[in-house]
Amino acid sequence: MDLIHPWVVDLSRFQFALTALYHFMFVPLTLGLTFILAAMETVYVVTGKQLYKDMTQFWGKLFGINFALGVATGLTMEFEFGTNWSMYSRFFGDIFGTPLAIEGLMAFFMESTFVGLMFFGWDRLSRPAHLAVTYLVALGSNLSALWILVANASMNMPMGTTFDPETMRMTFDSFVKVVFNPDAQAKFVHTSLAGYVTASMFVMGISAFYLLRRKHRMFAAHSFRIAALFGILSTIAVITLGDVLGRLDYEHQPTKVAAMEGLWHTSKPPAEPWILFAIPDDKNQKNYFEIGVPYVLTPLLTHTFDTPIKGLYEIQDSAGPRIESGLKAVAALKRYSEQRQMEDLAVFKQHEKDLGYGFLASRYAPEQNVDKITSDHMPQIIEKTKLDLFPNVFVTFWSFRFMVFLGVYFFVIFAMASYLSLRNQLEHYPWFLKACTWSIPLPFVAAEFGWITAEIGRQPWTVFDILPTFMSASSHTASYMVFSLIGFVTLYSIFIIAELYLMFKYARLGPQPHHPSDDNKIENISIISSKNN
Amino acid sequence: MEYYIVLKLIWAGLLCILLIALGLMVGMDMGVGTLLRFVGKTDAERRTALNIIGPHWDGNQVWFILGGGAIFAAFPTLYATSFSTFYVVMILLLFSMILRPVAFEYRSKTEAHLWRAGWDWAFLISGFVPMFIYGAAFGNILQGVGYHFLWNGQYIQDSSFWSYLINPFAILCGLMSVSLSIYQGGVMLMMRSENPIYDRARRFAMIGGIAAAVLFIIGGFWIFQIKGFVLTEGDPAMPANPMHGQHVDTYVGAWLHNYTNHPILWFFPMLGTVCMLLGALIVKGNKPHLAWWIGLGSWVGTICTVAAAMFPFFMPSTTTPNHSLTIWNCSSSAYGLACMLAVAAIFVPLIISYTSWCYYVMRGKVKTSKVVNDTHSY
Repeated sequence: MDLIHPWVVDLSRFQFALTALYHFMFVPLTLGLTFILAAMETVYVVTGKQLYKDMTQFWGKLFGINFALGVATGLTMEFEFGTNWSMYSRFFGDIFGTPLAIEGLMAFFMESTFVGLMFFGWDRLSRPAHLAVTYLVALGSNLSALWILVANASMNMPMGTTFDPETMRMTFDSFVKVVFNPDAQAKFVHTSLAGYVTASMFVMGISAFYLLRRKHRMFAAHSFRIAALFGILSTIAVITLGDVLGRLDYEHQPTKVAAMEGLWHTSKPPAEPWILFAIPDDKNQKNYFEIGVPYVLTPLLTHTFDTPIKGLYEIQDSAGPRIESGLKAVAALKRYSEQRQMEDLAVFKQHEKDLGYGFLASRYAPEQNVDKITSDHMPQIIEKTKLDLFPNVFVTFWSFRFMVFLGVYFFVIFAMASYLSLRNQLEHYPWFLKACTWSIPLPFVAAEFGWITAEIGRQPWTVFDILPTFMSASSHTASYMVFSLIGFVTLYSIFIIAELYLMFKYARLGPQPHHPSDDNKIENISIISSKNN
Repeated sequence: MEYYIVLKLIWAGLLCILLIALGLMVGMDMGVGTLLRFVGKTDAERRTALNIIGPHWDGNQVWFILGGGAIFAAFPTLYATSFSTFYVVMILLLFSMILRPVAFEYRSKTEAHLWRAGWDWAFLISGFVPMFIYGAAFGNILQGVGYHFLWNGQYIQDSSFWSYLINPFAILCGLMSVSLSIYQGGVMLMMRSENPIYDRARRFAMIGGIAAAVLFIIGGFWIFQIKGFVLTEGDPAMPANPMHGQHVDTYVGAWLHNYTNHPILWFFPMLGTVCMLLGALIVKGNKPHLAWWIGLGSWVGTICTVAAAMFPFFMPSTTTPNHSLTIWNCSSSAYGLACMLAVAAIFVPLIISYTSWCYYVMRGKVKTSKVVNDTHSY
């Protein structure tokens, strides 16, 4: 087998990570802000108060600035599967391509078509019709997330698919299993709710800034309250769904969970601590400076007191037979592909379930050719492959922890924000308003860490237990990768500068037109009975 | 006929329709982007031009994304191989495409002259380059692409990207597709603008239509000199595996093989040429709505001409012709194609109806005076 140069694989991974993380800076805000806009507009349509129309339009403008980059960078992701991961796309396109295409048909078309009307249709549509359009945009963007996460789940927890030796790729067996993949469902809710948290913090933080400056006070106080209440509900739900996801990973991706928890050895319930702080050392396969809370890990992950959780050592140790069997599968498959003999197919069928482990081990075959493996090579190949079996523990462990710690922080800040806002006491706590403003970037950071946990934690596989990452890339030269990387870094840097400039400009400018009533006292604001409108 | 063959054919047909919709809808917006600096001399005029397609460009762009998504889902091997072998070209296409959404949203958000002028150039690049590459891609696949497959399905590229970038026939095809987009963009501007934009757009639309016809005819004669491909052996119902089961012959003029066997196919090149010339004439007669629908005829004629010549090939290989990608050997499984067909049957009519509704809501001339005073416009 011709191996793709490791540099090309690494550069492809780096490029994908870079462009995906960049894309994911714009997605969560879109997901949440569309619903906040819809909520604000609903109040406008029901009460007829101009303030809520101003709110919808002002936050809508910031939404537009963010949305443009979300659309632009999403295009990159679609291209990259074909340009950089052609082996993956061919091998898994049946399953992965379908939800992606459905996303376009069902969700993205709806969102993109109606977003134009949302901005341009204020004077041309009746109020209820415009409201319906706004809801369709929100629905479209969230359905979009659903289908993307269905596609992603098929890589993390492949279901409804089998390998077909006639076509040398995975084939689609069950639409229902792919769509109702539990990982997809849990991740969709977790991710879209994380988007609501992001949008809530965004609206709350900017509103806090106005309150602090005593500008647009009426507008800001109302926006703040909507965002705070939306935020606290979303945060509670995000944490709940995070727990569901953790348990799913525990069942289906033991290596990811072990890496997330820094668990080198299989746990001995029930006293096993949940590690708060540690420095995992991937090279020597142990943790330094472990600080943990005893009796927490087992109930947290398994919701029982007596189920052990697999550690990385033990996972490694038990993989030997699968690797050996997998290599037999690959060798038989290769002979079958070249000579079309039925006996090779029969051998392949015997070892089929370990095919992925065979692929993973195949790069250690002499001259990367599985035909040349003799029984003498086997022990050495198995030892080398075992080391590749799990992800980078340090990165997985810490990105997961940052996400969790930030989640707890959001709970505290939104709880406090809701309490103070409902009691109309926000302006007595300038330090808190300041904290709200400075917290705007944090949900974006948390979402990125969540993504890193999920995706680094999946390594060394692109399709978990089936297709290794190093096999998935296109067979390019490194110079292609350098060319595209330079382009992405340049373009994306320009974009982010332009985006931040406009965001700051329009956020500072605040809502227009200016309401004279904004400078009045706002001791008694209430969403239902505001006298100022 | 076997169920699987029917599904493969239906999806090849749908892909054809999708490519036509892409050319028509995305091409129209791209044409406006290419023309922006030429139909609008002042900032207010340029803003007017942008706001004519402002409510629709985002939705139209999804045809492009759907084109990619449908190839991915229905013909994954084609998607993987074409996007990779054209790597440099695809990345250039991507870079120019991602400029567009940003340019739309950001251009008019700040007054500075340099800022707006910069984004105006971005519109020129992001209108011209993608349409050029769209056409050039057809030019390249008509000549074949150098690649072959390994036993496990990994493709290996056999020729350098320069041969796809700098290649006279591909450049001709690229310019033809740009001409059609200028025609369509010009016609769209005419429908919804007043003078002076209207008159300028009218001139460009006429030039676009005539240029497209001339290039299309030159391309037609050129194709006689190009080495084409003929599938001599290969079961349409075969498992989707490009490594086995096909025999392909190549000889100069082979792309006319289908036309010789089925002379009725000549209808498509005729349709294309007539629509391009007739379109230019109708533009001259100031009937932009009719001219818009004639533009659809030009795209149908062009894409179907290529499809009829190549059938059943998608992307022939010059270095290992037997590994050429055809409708038969690179599709998804029958089950996958059937699922997708069910989804498409529900959503495509829905998309067409709400897109039409959006155009209906936003109908009428866009007035410069109104655009300039509206804070929500581009």
